Amino acid sequence: MSAVEHRFGPYGGQYVPETLIPALVELEAAWVAAREDAGYRAELDALLNDYVGRPSPLYLASRLSEEAGHAVYLKREDLNHTGAHKINNALGQTLLAKRMGKTRIIAETGAGSHGVATATACALLGLECIVYMGTEDMRRQQPNVLRMELLGARVAPVDAGSRTLKEAVSATIRDWVSNVSDTHYVIGSCVGPAPFPALVRDLQRVIGDEARAQILEKTGRLPDRVIACVGGGSNAIGTFTGFVEDASVQLIGAEAAGEGIESGRHGAPLTVGGRGGVLHGSFSAIMQDEDGQILEAHSISAGLDYPGTGPEHAYLRDTGRAHYAGVTDGEALAAFKRLAELEGIIPALESAHAVAWVLAAGRETATEDTVDLICLSGRGDKDLAEALDKLGLTHE
Amino acid sequence: MSDGATRIAAAFSDSGRRAALMPYLMAGFPDIDTSVRIATAYADAGADLLELGVPFSDPLADGPVIHAAATRALESGATVHSVLEAGTRIAEQIPVVLMVYVNPILARGPERFAAELAQRGISGLIVPDLPLEESEPILAACDAHGVALVPLVAPTTPDDRMATIGRTARGFVYTVSVTGTTGERTSNQSDPATLLARVKDHSTVPVALGFGISNGAQAKAAADAGADGVIVGSRLVRAVAEAVDQGADPASAAGSVVAELADALVR
Repeated sequence: MSAVEHRFGPYGGQYVPETLIPALVELEAAWVAAREDAGYRAELDALLNDYVGRPSPLYLASRLSEEAGHAVYLKREDLNHTGAHKINNALGQTLLAKRMGKTRIIAETGAGSHGVATATACALLGLECIVYMGTEDMRRQQPNVLRMELLGARVAPVDAGSRTLKEAVSATIRDWVSNVSDTHYVIGSCVGPAPFPALVRDLQRVIGDEARAQILEKTGRLPDRVIACVGGGSNAIGTFTGFVEDASVQLIGAEAAGEGIESGRHGAPLTVGGRGGVLHGSFSAIMQDEDGQILEAHSISAGLDYPGTGPEHAYLRDTGRAHYAGVTDGEALAAFKRLAELEGIIPALESAHAVAWVLAAGRETATEDTVDLICLSGRGDKDLAEALDKLGLTHE
Repeated sequence: MSDGATRIAAAFSDSGRRAALMPYLMAGFPDIDTSVRIATAYADAGADLLELGVPFSDPLADGPVIHAAATRALESGATVHSVLEAGTRIAEQIPVVLMVYVNPILARGPERFAAELAQRGISGLIVPDLPLEESEPILAACDAHGVALVPLVAPTTPDDRMATIGRTARGFVYTVSVTGTTGERTSNQSDPATLLARVKDHSTVPVALGFGISNGAQAKAAADAGADGVIVGSRLVRAVAEAVDQGADPASAAGSVVAELADALVR
């Protein structure tokens, strides 16, 4: 039996065209070998420390805590090189691809953070890089498009469907089907066919492992709640994995409720529930109609604008180990602004969903002794134009 | 042999051509009734079987032509129910193999889906994102209802895996001729004879070749290389799209392409 999980309860699997199966087998074998290999681990750890700037700080946000009425710690993934947690996974996978002899790297991006992280890793390692991005996201995240191009990547516009993350993933998978022999697909989240969900989790669990050690050192106790935003769910799964064995720690995933769950314009398949389905190669919680057609998601945050989610999250939900809740565009925008005002930290709109949960639903269920730990998965520079416009704060 | 597999086997053995001709049709494009008329034109032009595509929102194995047709079919209101109803009408004229992505099957449940295909006289099922690893529940449902679950193999499929796939193949083996998505190609990228020989070594059912075959010369070459059947998709979907966009009759446009392919496969 494989050492890498293919299924999390009923979720996961490998629903992909036959052409890709040998590549998934090859990838799984390479990962099993690499993660046991001291040389690979040492190379990755050295880059994470000296290039990315790990460990990222765990910061007691005093003024945010005062506003919330209880202690709130921020795991500062926004301080990583390239400004988000995405670099943890991108470096790990590109190093792996290089070990496998792949010369061409492809990736999808929504908000642009994963695209920038992958373009960065490819520049560092001297690999060709093509990033697929929906044209609506290229508009919303123009600075990241320019960054990727400066880093030597080619940004391939995707003009299908809603021109956002779902279509970018589909276009990247089609490229992989056509160029599988020399190409590795650096998938950006804990989604896709096995072994990707487990591989991405393994590369992102550094967030949770560090955070657990840091909060124990700072406070001598575990947090009561660990909160992270969930689109595909990679920062959340990476954070949760550090605490999943600690039964006293509640795990909270903040999904995009968009314009409101009842409006249908959201990106919250875990919160909404219902029948699971297959999107992008795995069986998980997805947004679909009764025929099994995939629905368009909506979120102000390009990184959460996705109708699927990682299969391990669906399993954590069903088992009750983690709880998922929706945060609207408006709540996320308010938290984006509030964190800037209170702490001098401009969060990514994605991460602002997690902050918003703590300031709203999370505050109602907290006592003054509650300790919350939020994964602040990225910084908000990329979102300035979009967020300021929506907040009505743009100058003429 | 199941009802579906029997009808498919007869279509291959009775074709009288160098290889059985299996054109693809995007159901519901440009609308349901027109797609049934196109199917009739295929049958009249000499098709032996028909691959009926169910439009899907996220067709990972398809290139831009079929993807665009699926999007237009969904926009014009095609549903799984209306496509299956069309399948009933088409199956009265020609053996039908349904091509559908896995999620619409899971949405109804494999058991209900297979039962409905059998009831509608649809002979087989092709699921491009259902590899061997995930096929068991759907294969069991298809077997229980006499519907042939047709597996796919690709140039990247190793021999031992091909042997396993060959053992569970029903109806025929769909051999993907190229490492890529569906779509027309100016030449067959690689020599399909070697690939076809490998598939045939591991299969007791007919072997059909598809992806990238768009004209009579390529169809004849596929037959010469050993294919028992030839599948043509994007070329025909493009013919339909062009006719629709130009206000011409899509049935006669696509029918004439099928006639040309049938001519090329005359013994």
